[in-house]
Amino acid sequence: METYLFLQHYWWFLISLLGGVLVFLLFVQGGQGMLYTVGKSGVERDMIVNALGRKWETTFTTLVTFGGAFFASFPLFYSTSFGGAFYVWMLILLVFVIQAVAYEFRRKADNFLGEKTYEWFLMINGVLGALLLGVAVGTLFTGANFTVNRLNLANVGGDTAISQWTTPWRGLDALADYRNWALGLAVLFLSRMLGAQYFLNTIDDKSIRTRSRWQLWFNGIPFVLCFLLFLVSIMFSKGWAVDPSTGVISIEPYKYWHNLLAMPAVFVALVVGVAAVLTGILCDLCREESTKGIWLSGPGTVVTVVCLFLLAGYNNTAYYPSLADMQSSLTIYNSSSSEFTLTAMSIVSLLIPFVVAYIWYAWRAMNRKKITREEILSEDEHLY
Amino acid sequence: MMLSTADWMSVVDWSRAQFAMTAIYHWLFVPLTLGLGFIVAIMETIYYTTKDEFWKRTTKFWMKLFGVNFAIGVATGIILEFEFGTNWSNYSHFVGDIFGAPLAIEGIMAFFLESTFIAVMFFGWNKVSKGFHLTATWLTAVGASLSALWILVANAWMQYPVGMTFNVETARNEMTSFWEVLFSPVAMNKFFHTVTSSYMLAAVFVVGISAWFLLKGREQLMARRSMMVASIFGLVFALVAAATGDGSGVQIARTQPMKLAAMEALYHGQKGAPLTVISVLKPEKERMTQEKAGWMNIEIPRMLSLMSYRDGDAYVAGINDLVEGNPERGLLSVEEKIERGRVAIGELARYRQAKQGNDREVMREVLAKFDPKSSEGKTFHKEYFRYFGYGYLSSPEEVIPNVPLVYYSFRVMVGAGVFFILSFLFTLWLLKKQQIETRRWWLWVLLWSIPLAYVASQAGWIVAEVGRQPWTIQDLLPTVAAVSRIDSASVVVTFFLFVVLFTTLLIAEIMIMRRQVKIGPEPLLSDPEQSNDKTNRDE
Repeated sequence: METYLFLQHYWWFLISLLGGVLVFLLFVQGGQGMLYTVGKSGVERDMIVNALGRKWETTFTTLVTFGGAFFASFPLFYSTSFGGAFYVWMLILLVFVIQAVAYEFRRKADNFLGEKTYEWFLMINGVLGALLLGVAVGTLFTGANFTVNRLNLANVGGDTAISQWTTPWRGLDALADYRNWALGLAVLFLSRMLGAQYFLNTIDDKSIRTRSRWQLWFNGIPFVLCFLLFLVSIMFSKGWAVDPSTGVISIEPYKYWHNLLAMPAVFVALVVGVAAVLTGILCDLCREESTKGIWLSGPGTVVTVVCLFLLAGYNNTAYYPSLADMQSSLTIYNSSSSEFTLTAMSIVSLLIPFVVAYIWYAWRAMNRKKITREEILSEDEHLY
Repeated sequence: MMLSTADWMSVVDWSRAQFAMTAIYHWLFVPLTLGLGFIVAIMETIYYTTKDEFWKRTTKFWMKLFGVNFAIGVATGIILEFEFGTNWSNYSHFVGDIFGAPLAIEGIMAFFLESTFIAVMFFGWNKVSKGFHLTATWLTAVGASLSALWILVANAWMQYPVGMTFNVETARNEMTSFWEVLFSPVAMNKFFHTVTSSYMLAAVFVVGISAWFLLKGREQLMARRSMMVASIFGLVFALVAAATGDGSGVQIARTQPMKLAAMEALYHGQKGAPLTVISVLKPEKERMTQEKAGWMNIEIPRMLSLMSYRDGDAYVAGINDLVEGNPERGLLSVEEKIERGRVAIGELARYRQAKQGNDREVMREVLAKFDPKSSEGKTFHKEYFRYFGYGYLSSPEEVIPNVPLVYYSFRVMVGAGVFFILSFLFTLWLLKKQQIETRRWWLWVLLWSIPLAYVASQAGWIVAEVGRQPWTIQDLLPTVAAVSRIDSASVVVTFFLFVVLFTTLLIAEIMIMRRQVKIGPEPLLSDPEQSNDKTNRDE
C-alpha cells in the first residue's frame, strides 16, 4: 500500500477509535439521564453526580478531540457536514454547553438558576447528547443531502460555497430516516446501560445498585432491539462504493454486508465486540455481587463502534454518501488532508498510548475508594 | 438553495457577530484559568515544601474559584471549535490542512492533560499522595497553557500564513513545513504575549480579591500572602507581556500594515511618524482628508517609526497609502491588488473549465503557475497569488477595519498594562513596608482593577481580530468568501440563543464567585453554618 493510502486508512482508524472511546464514555450522559430514576433522594443524586463528575470532562474532551481530529484529517467532512447539517450540530453543541457548567454550579450557593435547573441540564444532555450523536453517526451510512464542488471558489461575485446543503432542513432531515433513529436510540440505551454499570462499579450503595440493575433490564432490551434493527437494515441497504483508481462513485447493493465479508477481521471483531457488551451486561444482571461488568461492556462498546466506523469508511466505501449528488460523496481518499499533514499528525499520534497510560493511572488512583454516603456527607468543599 | 446578495452579506455579518460573541465570552474566562492555575500551583508548592496547613487552606480557596471559572470556560470553548465548521465552511476547507493539525494536537496533547489531572486536583486531596496531587495541579496549569499554544499557533497562521502551498486540484492550502507553522515568529510572539497577559489578569484578580479581604478585615494573613505571591507573579509576566507586545508591533508593521495604521489612526504615511498617546478621533471623512486624524493629540515624536522599525526616521504607511497605493514607497493600490487577485482566481476558473473539457494542456499550464518550485510558479505567486483574497472584494474600502474601535482598544490595552506594572510595584512596596492595610484607598483601587483587567484583555483581542478585518486568512481569504452557505435567519436564531444562554451562565458565574469569595477559605474548625453550599445532608 502506498504511503498516502496507508495514512488515509490509519487516520480513519484513529477517528474510528476516538468514536469508539467517545461512545463508551457516553456512560456519563447515560448516567445523567437516570439522575432521578436511580437517585431517589438528594444524597443519592449527590452520589451519582459526584461519581459522574470525575469523568465528565474526559467525555467532553474526547468529543472535542474527535471534532479536532476529524477537522485535521478529513477537513472536507468537517466543512461539509458542520456547515450543512447546521441545526443538528448546533443542537448538539447547545446540550454540551449546558452540561459543562451543570456539575460545578449545581450545588453552589447563589447559582442563579437553582439546583433543579442544573439537574435538568444534566438530564437534557444525558438524553439528547447521546441520541443526537447517534443520529449524526447514522448519516455516515444513510447519507445526507449535500453537494461538493471545490472549484466553486473560482466563482468571483457568485456562489463561492464549496459545500452546499440541498434541503432547508439543515441536517434535521436525518430524522426522517428510521435507521438514524435506530442508531440514535441504540446509542442512547447503550449509554444508559453503561451508566448503570458504572454506578454498580463506582458507587458503594445498596439502593443505587439495586436500581441500577433494574435499569440494565429496562435499557438492555430496547438497546438490543434498536441495535439489531440498525445493523440488519444497514446490511440490507445499498451503499456508495468508490473506485479508488478513478474516484468514481457508484451504488452497490448490500455494500456493508459485502464489506463485512471482505474484511473478516472486522466481522470477527464486531461479533466479539457485541458479545462482550452483552456478556458484561449479563454478568451484572445474573450475579448479585457483580460490579465489574463494565470492564467487558466498555471495551466491547469500543470494539463494536470501531468496527461500524470501519464498515462505513474502509473497503472503498463512501463514508458520507451524498443523496443529492452521488459524485459529491465523501470517501477517505477525496476528503483527507494532504500526505504531509497526515504524516506530521501521525508522528504526534504516537503520543496517544502515553495519553491513555496517564489517564489510566490517574483514574486508578482516584477510583481506589468507592463513592459512599459517608464521603458525600463529608466536609470536602470540592464535592459537586 | 439560492441566497440574494443582501442575504449573503447578512450571513457574513451575523456569522462574524456570532463568532465574535462566542470568542468574547470564552475569552472572559480563559485568561483567569491560564494564570490562576499557575498561581494555585505555586501556592501548593509552598504547602508541599513547608508542610504549613495555612498554605493548603489558601490553595484550596483559590482552587475553588479556579473550578467555578474553569467550568464556564469549557462550556464556552466547545462551540468555538465547531463554529469553524458550522459558520465558516469554506474557511474550514481552505485551511483545514493546516489549521486542523494544531487543533487536533491541542486535543491530544493538552486537553486530555488538563481534563485528567483537574479531577485529581479537585477530588484527590484525600485519595492520592501529596506529591501526586502537586504534580496534578502543575500538569493542569501546564495543560491549559499548552492548549493556548496550539490554538494561538493556528490563529497566528491566519494572521501570517507561512509553511504552505496552494493546491489547485483540491482548491486549498496545504502544509509544507510543520516547523514553519509552529515556530513562525508571529506564532511565538502571539503565544507569549497572550498567555503572559493572561497571567497578569489572574494576578490582578488575586490581588483584587485579597484587597477585598483586607478591606473587610478578614483573613488578613491569607490576603497579604496571596497578594505577595500574585504581585510578584503578575509583575514578572506583565513585563514579559510588555516586551512581547513591543515585539508584536514590529511584526505587525511588516505583516499587517493596515492593522498598524488602524491602531494608530494613521491615514497619511510619513517618515519619523509620531506615536499618538491619546487623542479624540475626528469623523471618518475628516480623518481621511486632514493631516491629523484626531483632536487634542498628545504625541511622542518619531516614536511610532522607532517602535515599528527600530528606526526613528523610518517610513510608516498610512491607511490612504495602503488603499490608494504609493508608488514611491512601492505600495500597490488595493484596486491593483483586486485585479491581481482576480487573475489568480481566474486561473482557478480556467483550470475548472479545462478539467470539465478534459483539456490536459491547459490544466498543465495552470498547475505550472501554482507550482512554487518552478520559476514561473514563484513569479506567479509573487505577482498574483499573494493577492488571491483581494479578488473577492467588491471595493478597496473593504480592507479598512473599524478604525475607532481598534484605535481606542489599543490605548485601553496598553494603558491598562502600564498601570498594572506600576500597580504591582506599588503593592509590593506597601507589602514590604507593612503598610498595605492602612492604605485603604489603594485597596479599593486594587479591587476595582479587576474589571479593568478584563476590559484590557478583551481590548487586546479586539485589536488583534477587528484589526485584521476583512481577512480570515491575511490577504488570501476574506470573510465574504469564507462563510457557510446558510440563510441569515438560522444564524440570527443561534446568535440570540447563545447570547441568552451565555449571559445567563455569566450571571450565574459572577453570583457564585461573589458568594464563594464571601464564604472565604474553609473554616479551620468544622463550622457548618459557613458552608451552605454543601450536599443534601438533611436528607
